[in-house]
Amino acid sequence: MKLTEEMLKALPDARGHFGAYGGRFVSETLFDSLLTLEREYKRLKDDPEFQAEFDRDLAHYVGRPSPLYFAERLTRETGGAQIWLKREDLNHTGAHKVNNTIGQALLARFLGKKRVIAETGAGQHGVATATVCARLGLECHVFMGEEDIKRQSPNVYRMKLLGAVVHSVSSGTRTLKDAMNDAMRDWVANVDDTFYIIGTVAGPHPYPLLVRDFQSVIGRETRAQCLDRTGKLPDALVACVGGGSNAIGMFYPFLTDESVELYGVEAGGLGIESGQHAAPLSAGRPGVLHGNRTYLMEDENGQIAGTHSVSAGLDYPGVGPEHSWLKDIGRAHYVSVTDDEALDGFRKLTRVEGIMPALETAHAVAYAIKLAATMDKDKIVVINISGRGDKDMQTIAEIDGIEV
Amino acid sequence: MSRIEGVLKSLKGQGRKALIPYITAGDPHPDQTVDLMHTLVDAGADIIELGVPFSDPMADGPVIQQACERALRHGTSLRQVLGMVKTFRETDDKTPIVLMGYLNPMEAMGQEKFADAAVDAGVDGILTVDLPPEEADEVAPLFTARNLDAIFLLAPTTTDDRIRAISEHSSGYVYYVSFKGVTGAGKIDVDEVAAKVAHIHELTALPVAVGFGIRDAATASAVGRVSDGVIVGSVLVDTIARNQADPDQLKRALSDLLHPMREALDSLAS
Repeated sequence: MKLTEEMLKALPDARGHFGAYGGRFVSETLFDSLLTLEREYKRLKDDPEFQAEFDRDLAHYVGRPSPLYFAERLTRETGGAQIWLKREDLNHTGAHKVNNTIGQALLARFLGKKRVIAETGAGQHGVATATVCARLGLECHVFMGEEDIKRQSPNVYRMKLLGAVVHSVSSGTRTLKDAMNDAMRDWVANVDDTFYIIGTVAGPHPYPLLVRDFQSVIGRETRAQCLDRTGKLPDALVACVGGGSNAIGMFYPFLTDESVELYGVEAGGLGIESGQHAAPLSAGRPGVLHGNRTYLMEDENGQIAGTHSVSAGLDYPGVGPEHSWLKDIGRAHYVSVTDDEALDGFRKLTRVEGIMPALETAHAVAYAIKLAATMDKDKIVVINISGRGDKDMQTIAEIDGIEV
Repeated sequence: MSRIEGVLKSLKGQGRKALIPYITAGDPHPDQTVDLMHTLVDAGADIIELGVPFSDPMADGPVIQQACERALRHGTSLRQVLGMVKTFRETDDKTPIVLMGYLNPMEAMGQEKFADAAVDAGVDGILTVDLPPEEADEVAPLFTARNLDAIFLLAPTTTDDRIRAISEHSSGYVYYVSFKGVTGAGKIDVDEVAAKVAHIHELTALPVAVGFGIRDAATASAVGRVSDGVIVGSVLVDTIARNQADPDQLKRALSDLLHPMREALDSLAS
């Protein structure tokens, strides 16, 4: 399907649907808040004062634009297409997540909310939320699975230093999905004074819309930088997909550029055939969870399946509804790489370019290297380096059998 | 007239209020559920809300979350829950059954298949916590065509426009969630509930049942006074959790909990 600007403007529709996906599947108590948020966001989106403040914060607080870096040595060693890196890891707090938390915290302030809640998997979104809350003087509560608290302890401490209260979630699988359940439960109880900053392009409408809008700065910059540096558009974009916020931010400004191939890389865990993975687009089916209809990992009875990934940030059984739509219409390709391949990608980028990616990002790196090797030397592949790997030192060291 | 409508009309005719207990199917064990449903009826239940366990019950507090986990540990599926209703119906064709749960298990079965199976089992109403009327346009006609009542939630945050719209999509009764929060949390503010329910009555002719925060005869009586019925959930599920080791003791404990609520509600009858 050839996408046009008009088609994109019409999505999501008035009910928050991207084709068959998205929507607002929440209990009644939250419904009015979602309607208010949608109304206010639509108003503020075109408000010059709001936009100016958002742009100013991205420039002077986050440090945008982030560089588009030509990975010359990695390109030479791979022996195929040119590999370029969009350096979201250089943002303040070390990942793309902050683009969205800056935007949503501004919304919270415009709506007069004093208390902020967030869910987090790897802790990057939690840190980015705690950071903007510290800056704006907002009370911050972060929900994080017990399992993730263990494997991402540096980020837990960072959040605490920033003044956030970290709530350990011990229900279900004790990971990101359960953190999101508990954040929703908190929101229902405190809906009058609380703003829920969702970290990814999933959840009930209008979250997939507003998170995508805030993250699209990644793709807009990449497009301009690539044209400026190389005189043409990239041939392929590669980004990891958990919920899918860094991928949609990268892809969205290129959706109507037919020549640009889009690759979303899911967590293949121990291998798709093992069932131990977190790749709903590659191996799941449509269902309803966390307020939206989207591809999910579930059993034959509709119970949400446990997931596995070496990276906490990708360890989620669902995905943003816009990705489900892009998959069905064939505009983006969704692929997966295993834990081991991702670890190889991590080591490769670290040793060859001196850039240590987050384990989530390492999935995109691993796939991009495979892809670039099959492409001609005059082609351009851009990887979204969505986050830096400092937070994963402990996980890597454990895998290497080293105590740090 | 649906079985739910019939029961609520008859109660109204007698000036009585509906007692609607909730338990999670499969908790503590799938083999006990039918027996527990009969226990609830014997203790005075007018309608039973039977929870379909889900792995991610976002609108529920810890008590019902753990009930879901217990039921799922025994592999309780939607198909099995429908089987329980069918067995219950063999000896009780009067007490309406409302299935209460989340959308995904119903979607996984296939909406039409689910609607057929529900009717076949003897289910009377469906309450899907995460399905607002705005998203129900495909499934609602399937229910209507089969005379299944679609029951939707109203909340303290529901605006008048939405109360009207939701009521138009509802049949049987509407379920008013008494406070902002998950099941089993918070303390009910009876004056606030009274005001809101009176207001809902102005906007719809449907009976209004109130749930969340009703845990004993006193709260049942206070809420029954201002509504058409009370829904009792977490306190029953908590009783199941505490008595799961002894099935007979469990039945007695449920009965002991529900009886005084029944009496309190009936003493309101004019």
